[in-house]
Formats: sequence, C-alpha cells, structure tokens
Amino acid sequence: MGYFEGFGVTFRKWGEGVTTREYRGGRTNKDGDISVKDEKAPKPERTHGRHVLNRYEDGMEKCIGCELCAGVCPAKCIYVRGADNPAEDPKSPGERYGYVYEINYLRCIHCDLCVEACPTEAITETKLFEFSFTNRSDAIYTKEELLVGDDGKPQNLPWEDWRPGDDENTSGWMRATSPSGKAAYEGQVAWGGELGYGVREPELGQAQEDPPEVPVEIETDDHGGHH
Amino acid sequence: MGLIENIQDDGLGGLEHNVVTGQLEKLVSWSRARSSWPATFGLACCAIEMMATGGSHYDIARLGMEVFRASPRQADVMIVAGRVSQKMAPVLRQVYDQMMEPKWVISMGVCASSGGMFNNYAIVQGVDQIVPVDVYAPGCPPGPQTLLHAINTLHTQIESGELLRRRQGGAGIVVEQLDGQGETQLVRLGQK
Repeated sequence: MGYFEGFGVTFRKWGEGVTTREYRGGRTNKDGDISVKDEKAPKPERTHGRHVLNRYEDGMEKCIGCELCAGVCPAKCIYVRGADNPAEDPKSPGERYGYVYEINYLRCIHCDLCVEACPTEAITETKLFEFSFTNRSDAIYTKEELLVGDDGKPQNLPWEDWRPGDDENTSGWMRATSPSGKAAYEGQVAWGGELGYGVREPELGQAQEDPPEVPVEIETDDHGGHH
Repeated sequence: MGLIENIQDDGLGGLEHNVVTGQLEKLVSWSRARSSWPATFGLACCAIEMMATGGSHYDIARLGMEVFRASPRQADVMIVAGRVSQKMAPVLRQVYDQMMEPKWVISMGVCASSGGMFNNYAIVQGVDQIVPVDVYAPGCPPGPQTLLHAINTLHTQIESGELLRRRQGGAGIVVEQLDGQGETQLVRLGQK
C-alpha cells in the first residue's frame, strides 16, 4: 500500500492551519486601501534593507563625507563627495559634510559593510526590503531620498512598501557591538543620539547577565603591525 | 470610429472606444494580469528565492502565477533570476524571442539588473542590454516578498497598459556608444 502513504501525510497535515503569508505587494483597491490580509512576514532584528542617512537630535546631518562607505563597498554602489561646511549654515557638526550621496540599488547587495565602516553612524539600514523599480533612474537614490525627514523618519517613496516597524532599530543592533568586537563592551552606550529615536538602548546580552568586575581598559595598539 | 493605420505606432489609439470596447479592453488586461505564467529562468541563487515564492509560505498561486512553464511558448513573464553570463546571453535572448506576445520581463536581483557586484568580463552588466525589462527587483537576492512586490508592480503595469503596444521608454537610460568610428551613437537600452 505504498501508493497512498503520500496522501496520508497530506491528510495528517490538513488540520494544522494555513501557513501562507498573504503578502500582496501593497496592492491597493479602488479606494486606495491596502487589503487587511496584506501583511508582511515578521523580520529578524538585524535585517538589512534600504539605507537611511541619519541626523543628530538637533537636526544636523551625521554624514561627514569621508567616503569610507564608498571605499569599503564591495559592489561599488555608493558615490560620495564631501564638501566644506558653509560657515553661516552648516549641514553637519564639524568641517565637512556629504555634498553628494548616491546609492545604486541595482548594485547594492545589503552587506552592511558601509554601516560598519561609518565613523559617525550616519548610514544605517532599515528593515524595508519590499521595493521594486520600473526604470533605472528610480533605483539610484540621491541624498534627498536617503536622508531622514525632519521627524527623523525615513522618506516613503512611491515604489516602496513601508509598514510600521520597518524603520525601527535601523542597524541598531549592529552598533550595539563595540567597534573592536570585544564582548566586554557590550551593554555600554558608545553611540550618539538620533533624530526621532533618541539614544538607543544597548543590546541586552552578556553584560546584563555577567557584568565585568573590573572597569574596562581600552587597549591602544601602539606597537602596531601584525602579530 | 477611426481607423488604425499603423498598429505598431498607434496601438488602439485610432479607435474611439465605446462602452463595449472600453470594458472589453479592461477585461482583457485584467485577465492578462491575473494569469501571467512565468517562464523558469533561474540562473543562480535568486532562483532559490523564486522557488520559495512558489512554495506554500508565499504561494504565488494566489496571483495566478503558480505554473512555472519550462516551455517559453506557454509563458508570459520571464523572471530572470540570477547573473547572466556572456555565454548565457544568446540563450536568454532566444528564450525571450520564443515567448508569445504579450510578454514581460522581471529582472530579479542586482546581478540580473546591473551585474551587481560582479563587475567583470564574464557577466552581462544588466539584462536590459539584451531584453526589454519591465520591472527591476533589487536585493542580493531579493526575498520572496521583494519578488511579490515586483510582481505586483508588473501586474499594475499590465492592468494600466495598452493591449497592443509595449510600454515605451525602455530601461530609461541612454548610453553613449563611443566606438571611435565616426559620430557618437546614442543607444537607448531595453527597447525593442
């Protein structure tokens, strides 16, 4: 009776409910409403999606135009040009700011290396991954499109499908790890505030369960070179 | 009622629609969008995500697209999933040419759309150099939900488009071809 064993599996699974996620690509009806069934699947906390350029809590841009992100990008999809801050109307605290900032989303592989490289946490990645283009010029995001608005929220472009929660913790968990990768730094806030979100809480991890008894000393690698 | 002199250039524009033909046009484009069968053109890791979209969790059958056709003559949408090597390019073009009109192309993933991180001699830098692309799905690879978003974009285009003409504009980029022989040629990518 080997013929019907396959049917047996099917019938056993019958009552286990529906697994299908009714995501419909943000399709709207005649009135412009999204269907109630049109829900995204829950995403991991560290999802890499569309980038944003963040601002400080006073509205200043975080990007300083250092081009480290463009240098580290394996797909060479970022184009940055820095310029001197205008003295009467500075865009960012410090000397320089990102004058041109473009990301080509038909090249970007969302590896988050730009986020790792950024010294000021200016560029982070949101959890938005539901977007598609009908021509190539839409796919090249300019600085105006990447920069967060005055409320600190990312801009919703017509070819993107934002849902609540997509903009939260934009690569924030990545930043919770110390730059040197030492676990002892975990739980210490070492990053600046962000417009619209404030100073983010550190990741609850090792430091919470097992606090270091001695204060952490920052080792400076003065002798340099390889070991 | 006017006459259509050149169907390639004018489409159905020469006709003055009445109630019947106008509704008929809507019905045809509605049915085209609701049963656009994809041709399997999985070339790399994007194909895994394309298969995941066909699976039960994302269930592409909701959109009338569950029949992935191995024969291009039975397919309407070609989902180019993965990087296209220079040797694969003529095959891809042949499969596209074998498809029946009306036909559409989704360029899935950054490798198909622009070469992605493989900016080298072996990979075609954008499949729109070979076939006209309607929708680009970004990501490396795009998840099933990104593909579903691209499919929704395509369906919206099919429903709002014309019956007998392709959407003009192509990929939206113009390349200056500098071959050093005579004058510079402007080539518009992704057009028929």
